[in-house]
Amino acid sequence: MSLKRVLLTAAAIVGLAAGPALADSTGITKTSIKIGNTNPYSGPASAYSAIGKTITAYMNMLNRQGGINGRTIDFISLDDGYSPPRTVQQARKLVEQEKVAFLFQTLGTPTNSAIHKYMNQKKVPHLFVATGASKWGKPKDFPWTMGFQPTYDVEGEIYAKYVLENVKDPKIAILFQNDDYGKDYRDGFLKGLGDKKNLVVSMLPYEVTDPTVDSQILAMKDSGANVFFNITIPKFAAQAIRKSCEIGWKPLHLLNNVSSSVGSVLKPAGLECSKDIITAQYQKDPTDPQWKSTAGYKEWAAFMDAELPDADRSDINYAYGYNASKLLHHTLENCKDMTRAGIMGCAANIQGLQLPMVLPGITVNTSPTDFYPIQAEQLSKFDGAKWVLFGNIIDASK
Amino acid sequence: MNRPNPITKKLVASFVLLVVVGIALMFVASEYTAYQVTTALAYGIAILGLNILTGYNGQFSIGHSAFFAAGAYVTAILITFAGWHPYATLPVAAAVTFCMGFLFGFPALRLEGLYLALATFALAVATPQILKVDALEHWTGGVQGLFFDKPDPIFAGLSVDHSLYLVTWIVFAVLMAGAWMLLHSRSGRAIMAIRDNPIAASTMGINLALYKTTTFGVSAMLAGIGGAFFALANSFVSPDTFNFFIAVYLLVGSVVGGIISIPGALLGGLFYVFGQEYAEEFSNLSEVIPPPWVTFGILLILMMYFAPFGIWGAIGRGWARLKR
Repeated sequence: MSLKRVLLTAAAIVGLAAGPALADSTGITKTSIKIGNTNPYSGPASAYSAIGKTITAYMNMLNRQGGINGRTIDFISLDDGYSPPRTVQQARKLVEQEKVAFLFQTLGTPTNSAIHKYMNQKKVPHLFVATGASKWGKPKDFPWTMGFQPTYDVEGEIYAKYVLENVKDPKIAILFQNDDYGKDYRDGFLKGLGDKKNLVVSMLPYEVTDPTVDSQILAMKDSGANVFFNITIPKFAAQAIRKSCEIGWKPLHLLNNVSSSVGSVLKPAGLECSKDIITAQYQKDPTDPQWKSTAGYKEWAAFMDAELPDADRSDINYAYGYNASKLLHHTLENCKDMTRAGIMGCAANIQGLQLPMVLPGITVNTSPTDFYPIQAEQLSKFDGAKWVLFGNIIDASK
Repeated sequence: MNRPNPITKKLVASFVLLVVVGIALMFVASEYTAYQVTTALAYGIAILGLNILTGYNGQFSIGHSAFFAAGAYVTAILITFAGWHPYATLPVAAAVTFCMGFLFGFPALRLEGLYLALATFALAVATPQILKVDALEHWTGGVQGLFFDKPDPIFAGLSVDHSLYLVTWIVFAVLMAGAWMLLHSRSGRAIMAIRDNPIAASTMGINLALYKTTTFGVSAMLAGIGGAFFALANSFVSPDTFNFFIAVYLLVGSVVGGIISIPGALLGGLFYVFGQEYAEEFSNLSEVIPPPWVTFGILLILMMYFAPFGIWGAIGRGWARLKR
């Protein structure tokens, strides 16, 4: 065979292989688009189900308004109970049986880890996942998976710097969930401490299947720590706050952003007990009165009035769900190439988008090499009734 | 002494028919359904092990999730770290879990009924924790578990899921036939004699210790093979996949299918997967219907009330009534 013929044959084979992949528009018709989601409507992380409910409500609202560019949204949100094997089953059901165009906002680090490889093998977009682990922004190895919120390791670093600058003679205790979520936060924090890692006097894990974290809190108090970095999901965060309050342990309490909801964490833990807790935020906390007059807040409040009138508005997860829905809405609305690959391309081409309930000045930016949409945060302190921002916005992308 | 040959033509014919129907179903099933049935068969294999142990030998285990997990992890580790062909790992998973079961059978000898149930319960509860131990993390992948690829199709033109279904189905059929032969052999009669009256059995010259430990080993081995197929079907293992609930569901599947039967294992596995699935869909139909677990629970209670010997028992009774 001549070289030319070999090349031609090779080109034809590549063309054949690439052809159907490029035109893969499963789940998308001229009048509809099918989107899948998994959320913990049951189980230890069920506080996050507010996010799934918000997205569902948003999609219903869009459909009543005629959908996106004439396409109605068929949004299928299934319960995975925050259990990885269940997520595998539900993701397979969505992709293979329901034949969704893509998965959106699947929630949880361990759960998304379980389908990370599967989604990329199937070449189905795994968009704006509801977790901040750093592994979602690796377009080279996982071109079909994209994150959403600021990464946990960066947030951990922010806390470490704050401790070094503001606490005299710190002795640090770290409680973390024993998986990639907890370890991302922990490792970011340790990185931020630099050569002062010996300041950590107690570092204890918990399992998501544990009933409580009481024993860890007792051990941490006994370690004599005066700084407590609380890396837990809402159920355990509320337990940790309440327990440390009950036993009279009053360290500088750093609470990871994913449990900063007043409605689903601080209220159940007790507002008085939650006073002076510090977190990092990138969203407008609904309890902070300064946002009430902004257009973004009003838009969200109008949505909540119309679609979820009974919801507890002090739960920031409703704002989170709204932000994520808005981001998807923007992505699809401005997307010309409505195929799986096309949507992935559109998601990786967003500049300077200000979401309604994200802090002013923090915008969504993505590119084919940048799969981290939101990358800036600001510290905030709880005054017993609401979160109060302080300091400057810290942007990890700069 | 001449016994009538228990392998009747009718029996062989129905077995062959079952196997053929199973293979034929593959052509109409979607990939997702094939995956679901593969999972059901994986549970079914483990339930078969439980039936032999509990139904025929009278030893209780609510710890079979431990052997199920062991089989799954052996397969996962050999694929991930040694690069073995997925199907080549199955005999190893079987051997490892047989040894585990055999060894566990020794302390089990001293424990009867409830006490044995408690000991196996401890095994089931400890398993996820052991899999998370830091020292083993390099091999087990810790909390996050291990991810690997599904086995390639056994012949071209078959999808990955259909191929795995076919292999699982054939292995399941072979194991069913094997279990049937075991239970209809001299050893099988010894196994059942131990269940019915251990003292009489030992007076008859049956080596209780040997039979009980070997039965435990065989049962654990079947659970291990089931676990290995479960791992292949999901191409993912993690400690919390194999929590205590798996052990309970296996027992539920066993009882629902028919604990003193071999085909009951197949029905139990199917019930395990599809019972939950339909309970969920049923609950989603309307706001008035209780949540899935309540529906599932009610279904179970009704089952126990109307068909105490499981689905297979009910079929047998119905058949007997028809023939009368």
